[in-house]
Amino acid sequence: MRITQGCFSFLPDLTDDQILTQIQYCLDNGWAVNLEFTDDPHPRNTFWEMWGLPMFDLHDAKGVLMELHACRKVYGDHYIRLSAFDSSHGWESVRISFIVNRPKNEDGFRLERTEAHGRMQRYTTRAYATDRPEGKRYT
Amino acid sequence: MNEIGEARLAEPAKINLAEEFAQSGVGPVLKQLDDELIGLAPVKQRIREIAALLLVDRVRSKFGLAAQAPTLHMSFTGNPGTGKTTVAARMAEILHRLGYIRRGHLVAVTRDDLVGQYIGHTAPKTKEVLKKAMGGVLFIDEAYYLYRQENERDYGQESIEILLQVMENHRDDLVVILAGYAEKMERFFHSNPGFRSRVAHHIDFPDYTDGDLFAIAGKMLGSLNYKLSDGAQEALAEYIPLRRTQPLFANARSIRNALDRARLRQANRLFATQDTELTLDALTTIEAEDIRQSRVFQPKENCG
Repeated sequence: MRITQGCFSFLPDLTDDQILTQIQYCLDNGWAVNLEFTDDPHPRNTFWEMWGLPMFDLHDAKGVLMELHACRKVYGDHYIRLSAFDSSHGWESVRISFIVNRPKNEDGFRLERTEAHGRMQRYTTRAYATDRPEGKRYT
Repeated sequence: MNEIGEARLAEPAKINLAEEFAQSGVGPVLKQLDDELIGLAPVKQRIREIAALLLVDRVRSKFGLAAQAPTLHMSFTGNPGTGKTTVAARMAEILHRLGYIRRGHLVAVTRDDLVGQYIGHTAPKTKEVLKKAMGGVLFIDEAYYLYRQENERDYGQESIEILLQVMENHRDDLVVILAGYAEKMERFFHSNPGFRSRVAHHIDFPDYTDGDLFAIAGKMLGSLNYKLSDGAQEALAEYIPLRRTQPLFANARSIRNALDRARLRQANRLFATQDTELTLDALTTIEAEDIRQSRVFQPKENCG
């Protein structure tokens, strides 16, 4: 099941050129670009690991792309997302976030039903990937 | 002409090189370079050659001819104060106008910015700088400090390896300019042959002549709204050759320092004669005595 989180996630995967254009848009707006990765795709898992530090003071998108390639080399089988942080007063939050790398096979989620008191049903979604320990989920 | 050639030429039948030149906006930058930088003939010549090559390449690509982006990493060698940093800043602008680099900013660094203090600190630091320089010019001042021959575990080596790799793989993303004094750079290249082969342009900055330095002094003062009285001009013309014979002569930088001290003395002199009201002329004119008080004019034995 294809994970749809952040911008562009209903589109086909962005090519590097398209990613480059998006990054340049972020940099031109003065946002700091970050790379994050995870192998737990649950939608409530919002805090992903950061790849290096947020990239401040860049002028050109190629610098970010260089880091992305380095990140892919190590975590090519993880989800990698790129987010841009706007530090200007009044915003101070992430302005754009999109997935730039995903594992080859995305297993999707299992729906678990639990009987609770009365005949109440509680529902949980659990990624099949998280059955395996961290780091071995998409290998 | 063969058929292929004709087919290629069919689309834009003719291209006017002069028009292309005018469009590129390089003309004004080169002219500015000529006007504002005094002397440095070989440097200007080389910059003009590079500009011509890039322009011709651009025209060639319009005809569909192969135009591989040339390697433009450079090394600037020359004595202190010969304008290496100034030219590097201009270089970024010229290459940007020619469309060779995308942003045209200059990131000036020294060893401190590239090399870390402990194991594992250097690579992220160097990469950080390279990321910032992407799409522009990375200017490494005193580049020979990166390599410390006496200490083989020096972290500089690690930085050099990353630099070399990026210089090779990201040739069209950034231009690296190494600068330093001639002999030390020579030794640096000798012990790092990888650098020598990746640097296409070795530009040597000659020392300024006395006339050049005099003209530079005029420019510096002009930009600060000062002028020299006739006597001061004479004094300065005498000062320059005298200063040159003294140790630690740093071309234009020495002249700038001398002028700064002359301004100091001028201010002092104006302060000492408080009785009269100052005229605009008095405020902007540097007199002969302001320059002649310099240590350079003292007899040798007083000079420590």
